Amino acid sequence: MTIPYSAAQTSSWAAVAMIAAIVLTSTAGEVLTAGAMKSVGDLDKIRAKWGLKGAIRAVLTCPLFFAGVTFLALSFFSLLFALNHLNLSLVAPASASLTLVTNAVAAKVFLKENVDRRRWTSAVLVCIGVYFLAH
Amino acid sequence: MAYHKLLPRQYMVLALVSLCAPLGDSCLSRGMTSLPAISLAHPATLIAAVFTPWIAVGIALLIGFFASYLTALSWADLTFVLPATALGNVVVALIARFWLNEPISLERWAGIVLITVGVGFVARGPSLTERPVLHASAPAETGEPALGREQAR
Repeated sequence: MTIPYSAAQTSSWAAVAMIAAIVLTSTAGEVLTAGAMKSVGDLDKIRAKWGLKGAIRAVLTCPLFFAGVTFLALSFFSLLFALNHLNLSLVAPASASLTLVTNAVAAKVFLKENVDRRRWTSAVLVCIGVYFLAH
Repeated sequence: MAYHKLLPRQYMVLALVSLCAPLGDSCLSRGMTSLPAISLAHPATLIAAVFTPWIAVGIALLIGFFASYLTALSWADLTFVLPATALGNVVVALIARFWLNEPISLERWAGIVLITVGVGFVARGPSLTERPVLHASAPAETGEPALGREQAR
């Protein structure tokens, strides 16, 4: 069995930077993608009327979607990079739970979503839960 | 205008998002930890990693996740979809416990309870922010993308 890269060789600052990179790129990607999908409209209805090709075309002709995908791709490679240097038990809970909170803030600010008390409570509960579960 | 209650089909899409994401991530993790260290000086090795079996399966699952995730985002808020689909983590933990007979610590059971309560919270609320009037910015009334916007009313 190949021994994975030793997490002990990575400084705590580098770990923070890697996790921050995942969280920031992921949040930007999620918010841009969500904005794109809202501007496209209900994909189920588009597919019902125009078929799968029509739905794919509707998504692919939205410039905001590509901006979102670019950031999600950056987030994906940041995750791959971090997994190669840090333990999954650190990367997964930290990035997953932090992303939930940053997404709630970004969705409220940029997408003007109604993040009421119910959604904040839910985001925080899930955030702590994901941390416990993945830790 | 807004969908306060989801249809069974839409719950199916959320379930697909929930399951494909954690399973795909698990495959990626398994693939990446078995590879030698990758440094920023040689970014091409990251591209090569994509073609190893575990990473490839992980990516296939994540493509399925992404398609259903985009569909969910087209009729629900981001702040609804993200917590609602976190239930997938619970499903994976329960599969590990009851199928793979892996032990689950008290801390993880606490996580399962918190996520379940959190999902219950958000699922009882509206799935989409109600907008008083759809912005009259519909310049792209040509072509199919505008169709969705029109039909979302």
